[in-house]
Amino acid sequence: MRNRVAIVGVADTEVGVVPQYSATQLYVRAARLALEDAGIGKDEIDGLITCASWAEPYLYHAEMIAEYMQIFPRYCMGAPAGGGTTLAVMHHAASAIITGMCNTVLVTMADSQVSGLSRDKAVEMMSTAGHPQFERPYGPPIPAFYALLARAHEHAYGTTAEQRATVAVACRKHASLNPAAQMRKPIAIQDVLASRMIADPLHLLDCSLVSDGGAAFIMTSAERARDFKQKQVYLLGVGEGHSHEHVTQALSLTTSAAKEAGARAYAMAGLGPTDVDVAELYDCFTPVVIIELEDLGFCPKGEGGRFVEGGRIELGGELPVNTHGGLLSHCHPGHPGSMFSITEAVRQLRGSCGARQVEGAKIALVHGQGGIMSTHCTAIFGSQPV
Amino acid sequence: MATNPGKPIPTPTLETAPYWEGCRQHQLRIQRCSNCHQYQFFPRIYCSKCFSEQIEWVNASGSAKVLSFTVVRRPVSVAFANEVPYVVALVTLEEGPQMMTNIVGCPPEEVAIGMPVEVIFEDWSDAISIPKFRPRR
Repeated sequence: MRNRVAIVGVADTEVGVVPQYSATQLYVRAARLALEDAGIGKDEIDGLITCASWAEPYLYHAEMIAEYMQIFPRYCMGAPAGGGTTLAVMHHAASAIITGMCNTVLVTMADSQVSGLSRDKAVEMMSTAGHPQFERPYGPPIPAFYALLARAHEHAYGTTAEQRATVAVACRKHASLNPAAQMRKPIAIQDVLASRMIADPLHLLDCSLVSDGGAAFIMTSAERARDFKQKQVYLLGVGEGHSHEHVTQALSLTTSAAKEAGARAYAMAGLGPTDVDVAELYDCFTPVVIIELEDLGFCPKGEGGRFVEGGRIELGGELPVNTHGGLLSHCHPGHPGSMFSITEAVRQLRGSCGARQVEGAKIALVHGQGGIMSTHCTAIFGSQPV
Repeated sequence: MATNPGKPIPTPTLETAPYWEGCRQHQLRIQRCSNCHQYQFFPRIYCSKCFSEQIEWVNASGSAKVLSFTVVRRPVSVAFANEVPYVVALVTLEEGPQMMTNIVGCPPEEVAIGMPVEVIFEDWSDAISIPKFRPRR
């Protein structure tokens, strides 16, 4: 799969609170903007992948979007769940292209969790991730699940609240440079620590946003990609890892299947962590970034808390992380979360990020996770084939 | 009997009915494989280690240790609003499997990783009692 496919169009819709568009309209708006970016018409799309929407669910979601757009793909798939899965569609799209099932895949994902659902309704729906018999009776909201991981990491490795807060501060700093981001006012470590406790040890500002928004990308073969107007971005490696669904069944609270996902992606790309210029990591909660940095090999196990200190993950640092602001500060509409990491990675490799551009970025790593650190996917992109 | 309007009350299934029947009798039941002797929870049709079908239900001791915990300040739904702050924990049973639970019977600030706890049961209805844990006495 290495070097065989490329992304030739990307787009984000307006994100944050976007009452002027319904969830379905956000999917289609993201698609239209990505087609414009790629410089092609909708009839050139012969593969379509979407994710499920909570605000406007349909049993056959991808088929519904195809019908709405009046496109007639020969490859059509809906991804039912978020985080890792919605990033993993990357290699399904690539496989479809490489095996000749189709030529040009549109992946579009969106949701309307604030305007279409309401913040409280969205939070309550998220909690259905818990096992109906063995977890939900105990009343865990989603932050509680991640708090269990944060506490275990703290206990095992001495990770601190200040170190977790550093992740939120870095994401907000990057968001302040991104006019599209939902939350742009810079924050300090003290602001995170002073924010309301949600589920010890996680404060409000350790938690990602609840948002409306959508994003889309267009992928085709590396050969065809040369005919598109945009500078193509190549898929170099991709890998998945799966350890559990419910956190009660996790084999470890402090090491995740990001380790396997990352190792598989690096092996396919023939690259390692030191080759990565910019990383867009799944940051639904601050401790997740710390665990991912360890499991993806950017630092030894247990060192993630110390790794994020001293500006290392900020622009200008050794490994800029979440240059768009991430789920913590850019937006988090649920299932589409990983999509904004992909569109940002592509823009970084095109060199079109303006004030938040990582100078000379050639290799970008994107990591998505879903469930409660359950399902993982890592993708590595390059501005050139390797 | 505890009041629990709006709380997610479990619906036993073919597979989990023996567990909930145990809870109704205030006994914590888990599965044990007669072939490889592994204990398991959640309930499954086969042993998750050796995939044997020689699964039996046994009473667990009810002793456990806190693996990790959190104090929930923002309730998951209005049904839990009167209970904040409440402790959601993962505990490791003496037999090995992990469970999610609430730690009750002590102030949240006294809960710690590694703390020994023991099972108690909260009756939610005639059919459903929920296993929770308190500091071991």
